[in-house]
Amino acid sequence: MSKLKSKKRNIDENEDEQLPIFEKDSGKDGHLDDDDDDYEGQADLSDSEESVFSGLEESGSDSDDEEDEEEDDDNVSGLKSSDVEEDERTGEDVQLSTKDITEPQSDSKGSKDKKKKKKKSSGEKKEDESVTMTSQRDEGLKILSHVDEYERDSSDEEVNASKLLLIWRTVQDKMTGADIRLSDEQVELVRRLQQGKFGDVNFNEYEPAVEFFSSEVMIHPVTNRPQDKRSFIPSLIEKEKVGKLVHAIKMGWIKPRRPAETTPQYYDLWAKEDPNSILGRHKMHVPAPKMKLPGHEESYNPPPEYLMSEEERLAWEQLDPEDRKLNFLPQKFACLRAVPAYSRFIHERFERCLDLYLCPRQRKMRVNVKPEDLIPKLPKPKDLQPFPTTQSLVYLGHSSLVRSISVSPSGQWLVSGSDDCTVRFWEVSTARCLKTLEVGGAVKGVAWNPNPSVSLVAVSFDNTVLLLNPGLCDRLVSNSTDQLISSYEDPEESKDQPVQWTVSEGEDHEQGHRLALQHPKAVRQVTWHGKGDYLACVMPDNTSNLQVVIHQVSKRRTQNPFRKSKGLVQCVSFHPIRPYFFVATQRYVRVYNLIKQELTKKLMTNCKWISSMAVHPGGDNVICGSYDCRLAWFDLDLSTKPYKVLRHHKKALRGVAYHRHYPLFASASDDGSVIVCHGMVYNDLLQNPLIVPVKVLKGHSVTQDLGVLDVTFHPTQPWVFSSGADGTVRLFT
Amino acid sequence: MGGLQKKKYESGSATNYITRNRARKKLSLSLADFRRLCILKGIYPHEPKHKKKVNKGSTAPRTYYLLKDIRFLLHEPIVGKFREYKIFVRKLRKAYGKGEWSGVERLRENKPAYKLDHIIKERYPTFIDALRDVDDSLSMCFLFSTFARTGKCHVQTIQLCRRLSVEWMNYIITSRSLTKVFLSIKGIYYQAEVLGQTITWIVPYQFAHNHPTDVDYRVMATFTELYTTLFGFVNFRLYQTLNLVYPPKLDGPGEASLRSGCDEDYALDSESYSEKLSALSASLARMVPVMEEEETQLDHFPAEGEDLEKMEAREKAELERDAQKNLFEGLKFFLNREAPRESLAFLIRCLGGQVSWDKSLCIGSTYDVTDETITHHIVDRPNVDKQYINRYYIQPQWVYDSLNAKMLLPVEEYFLGVTLPPHLSPFVEETEGDYVPPEKLKLLALQRGEKPQEEDEEEEDEEEDDDEDDEQSEEDEEEEDEAKLTEIEEKRTKGKSLPVKVTPGKVKAENRTKAEQEEKAEEKRLAIMMMKKREKYLYEKIMFGKKRNIRDANKLAAKRKAHDEASKTDKKKKKKC
Repeated sequence: MSKLKSKKRNIDENEDEQLPIFEKDSGKDGHLDDDDDDYEGQADLSDSEESVFSGLEESGSDSDDEEDEEEDDDNVSGLKSSDVEEDERTGEDVQLSTKDITEPQSDSKGSKDKKKKKKKSSGEKKEDESVTMTSQRDEGLKILSHVDEYERDSSDEEVNASKLLLIWRTVQDKMTGADIRLSDEQVELVRRLQQGKFGDVNFNEYEPAVEFFSSEVMIHPVTNRPQDKRSFIPSLIEKEKVGKLVHAIKMGWIKPRRPAETTPQYYDLWAKEDPNSILGRHKMHVPAPKMKLPGHEESYNPPPEYLMSEEERLAWEQLDPEDRKLNFLPQKFACLRAVPAYSRFIHERFERCLDLYLCPRQRKMRVNVKPEDLIPKLPKPKDLQPFPTTQSLVYLGHSSLVRSISVSPSGQWLVSGSDDCTVRFWEVSTARCLKTLEVGGAVKGVAWNPNPSVSLVAVSFDNTVLLLNPGLCDRLVSNSTDQLISSYEDPEESKDQPVQWTVSEGEDHEQGHRLALQHPKAVRQVTWHGKGDYLACVMPDNTSNLQVVIHQVSKRRTQNPFRKSKGLVQCVSFHPIRPYFFVATQRYVRVYNLIKQELTKKLMTNCKWISSMAVHPGGDNVICGSYDCRLAWFDLDLSTKPYKVLRHHKKALRGVAYHRHYPLFASASDDGSVIVCHGMVYNDLLQNPLIVPVKVLKGHSVTQDLGVLDVTFHPTQPWVFSSGADGTVRLFT
Repeated sequence: MGGLQKKKYESGSATNYITRNRARKKLSLSLADFRRLCILKGIYPHEPKHKKKVNKGSTAPRTYYLLKDIRFLLHEPIVGKFREYKIFVRKLRKAYGKGEWSGVERLRENKPAYKLDHIIKERYPTFIDALRDVDDSLSMCFLFSTFARTGKCHVQTIQLCRRLSVEWMNYIITSRSLTKVFLSIKGIYYQAEVLGQTITWIVPYQFAHNHPTDVDYRVMATFTELYTTLFGFVNFRLYQTLNLVYPPKLDGPGEASLRSGCDEDYALDSESYSEKLSALSASLARMVPVMEEEETQLDHFPAEGEDLEKMEAREKAELERDAQKNLFEGLKFFLNREAPRESLAFLIRCLGGQVSWDKSLCIGSTYDVTDETITHHIVDRPNVDKQYINRYYIQPQWVYDSLNAKMLLPVEEYFLGVTLPPHLSPFVEETEGDYVPPEKLKLLALQRGEKPQEEDEEEEDEEEDDDEDDEQSEEDEEEEDEAKLTEIEEKRTKGKSLPVKVTPGKVKAENRTKAEQEEKAEEKRLAIMMMKKREKYLYEKIMFGKKRNIRDANKLAAKRKAHDEASKTDKKKKKKC
């Protein structure tokens, strides 16, 4: 109880708290309050009735009532909180109240029931309530609902009990509109229907069932009808049918069903083998390859070397199953008894099945060649002698990379220009440095005048090209050269020249300097014409048209042959016999006719970047070295495309050279090797030219990714000189 | 202006191929049925030469079938059977659903069945074709015959597989055509030469299978269906060639009936016969009683040069083959119960030996342990309680190794409790440059009839390791030898140093050969430089492969060497202890 009280108190507090809000709505809730009052009044009434009719009630029940009341109070508060709930409840309560009224004679049990119903109204859900709810929905109880409505309508009015008694029994007939007062029996009927009972009071639902067909055999039959005659006489129709079947069996028309054959029958399928029956399909058939046969490592007791070591096993485990070379781990068992089942046996069979029907098949021509057969048959290098084979001399002295070398036409002297700003003159046969000249910059190119009657060397560094008289050769030649230079007389009308010619005097003259040509740009390469009068210089520059200049030494004249730039000029060369001029740009070699002053040919080298070029002394062939490791060999009569491209070197080519007499050419590369090739062109035009590499010469060491920088042949002997980034010049004989 | 413009992909390879999905639609089959059809008819995808052309410019991966193959399938009667079966399944399901049990029974009785005979005949127009392709079917049947009778597939299939494989083994025994056998960790490989065809199959060890879940047994079952049909026909034909009764019957029915009393304990009456067959201990009945076979002598044809060599080689091989066939003739084997009975019995009978086993082990044993005439007793355990004096107790590997070696190997290495020599694969044929394990070399020497002393010594060394004195004396001798050698060398060097004369004659000669070699090497190098790009690529590929092989061989050799040294030091240590 105390608990309940405290609960109530709580609720009261709640009420207090909620009060202001409800005060606002008080006008609206007015009639509800009335309802409550009404309800309470009814409740009281019922209570009083209860007390009247239930003399057996104990004090405990009273307390229950109190509780109920309290709960009702609760309800009140709850009602205030939600309208809908309240509506429902009031409806029910009204019903209940009416019920109370309708059964004034009901015993204490009934009152208890009612009480329970009251409890239900206080919020708890019980089965009975659901029953009433459903019964409300019943068609038969419409009448009662009418009564409720009526009551509700008249709830405002002040009614006394007797009048109410009459009113709730009154029902409006829908057909006639007249009020009908229900008799006691009718009310009882309604009540019974409401309770879900049969309308008839006397009807017993639970009468014991009479079993007609039971396990017990009764003495008397259910029906007294005698059996038909036909049940004793066999059917004629059946007889006819059976007779037919018997006849059919007799005649062998119907045979018993053969037992299903489970085991397949085998016979000689290939008894009549007909080779002609082989279909065309079989010719297209690609038979599946057989399973690979196992090796020693698959043995249950393999030799010890086939077992995997620890690292190998780890590596094997880390590989993807598809990438593994073996699809199992080799294992060793001491005896056959110890060998376990192979867990992947079914898998492997299954995979084989998949391969057989899913794997696309294709005929592949297996290359069945011996590697020796692939190597082309070349003439033996021995038969193609002479060519340089061994390194015989090393010319030491330069302290930096030697960019360029040149041999005197007599073959006695060698000149080399290096990045250490010196030009050195060597005696070929002894490797002795005879002369060292300091010049004002890193020497890019040196070129000995090919005319044996003139002793001049062209040296290019920075913007200057220096013509030197080394004074090493025959004194006569040297003097005549000096005379040739000094005999020059200035022409009357001086032309505007892109290059400034100055005669060296004083100390320079002593050292051998004769003429200095000041160019507007840095000069990279110098080459002489075969006759020794013309000198071509290359000043690579992509933007201007002044990339190549041709000097005439005897007249100290300079020409700029090209009006337009066709790209970055890499190197130039004179045709040895005819008035042609070769200009190599980055990708093409253009051949100009100097007399007609026109372009005669454009050679496509198929290279990315030409580095060097050499023309055969016969003038029919040109070789081009490129930075992309190729050497293109052209036959000028044949085509503008290379007759042969050689990819012998591993790194960029730096220099190429032709021998003047022998059918040899050499290429120098950054991989530190010089490759000498035999390049024979036959007079018989039907025979293809023979190009065979004959010797790989090694000796230069690679420094700063640069190997051999220049290569040149001796004019008479089959010797080749090479200069490298390691500051040496080497002679191979 | 010429004719109509040719459209792309309307002729040529694009029209010769058909993708799998399109093929399936053309045949109006479900994927499962299409798969079955392909398996049965032996239709497989083809890899077109120019995939892009076939795929109409796309490079998406697709499987292609030849259009002709698919057209060929269109008229296959078995496709109709597939449809019938589908309908049957549908009807059956319906009947089940309605609970029409009589209908279910009727349907069951009229279950559509198909035969694959015509397909076999069509796929293998000649018997030799079939025989050539029998490898996979053998392996499959042997696998299926080891399956448990429950689960994975029909019992009939398993029984049929077992029956066929037993038939096959009996044929091999009768024809004595087994050539090689290999105990691998996966199973036992057998190789036989049947009518000139080399046939290899693998049999799993006798254990219950752990059925994997990621294997589609339907595919396997379809293959087995085809294989059993093929295999049965092949067996029939093979039995016919040997004048054997098919299905096989045991020779001497009197004996069989005599023993039937005790057999009943072992198996049901219906099964005992097949079990006896599968015991492989008795020979088969022939349609025509056996005549004493006359050895057909090879006719000699006059031949020259290579042909002659080939002829000789062939004759030699033939002789070897004959020797192998009768290797165990006159020997009597007894198998202990832990030795793999079926495999050993099969092997021994193939080589003409007699074999028996304990009566309680299996049906069909012919003699007892106590038989005095038994020559070899095969045991796979460390020791046996009761040993008879007049027989060898050997481990099973001896039988296998002897078959592969085509000769009776010395039994000493295979005695009980002895560490077995490695079991080598007989399928490996070493070419030049391959690694050959030392055991193989030894075997080859034995086969040649040599008894190389070195090896004997080695063996003796190994055997007589107990006698320390011997070895020590040997070692001493070696040391003495070395000392002598050093002395001689010293003398020589002294002799050289005293007179100042230098006579480099010999050295020069060596140099010349060396120079020649170098020259040749250089020539080769130069020639390689002149190769065309494509050829160079190919050449480099070939050389790479060769180098890899050499590397592998070297690795194996190094491993072996290390192992041998390690084992030697171990032995020495033990000895010292």
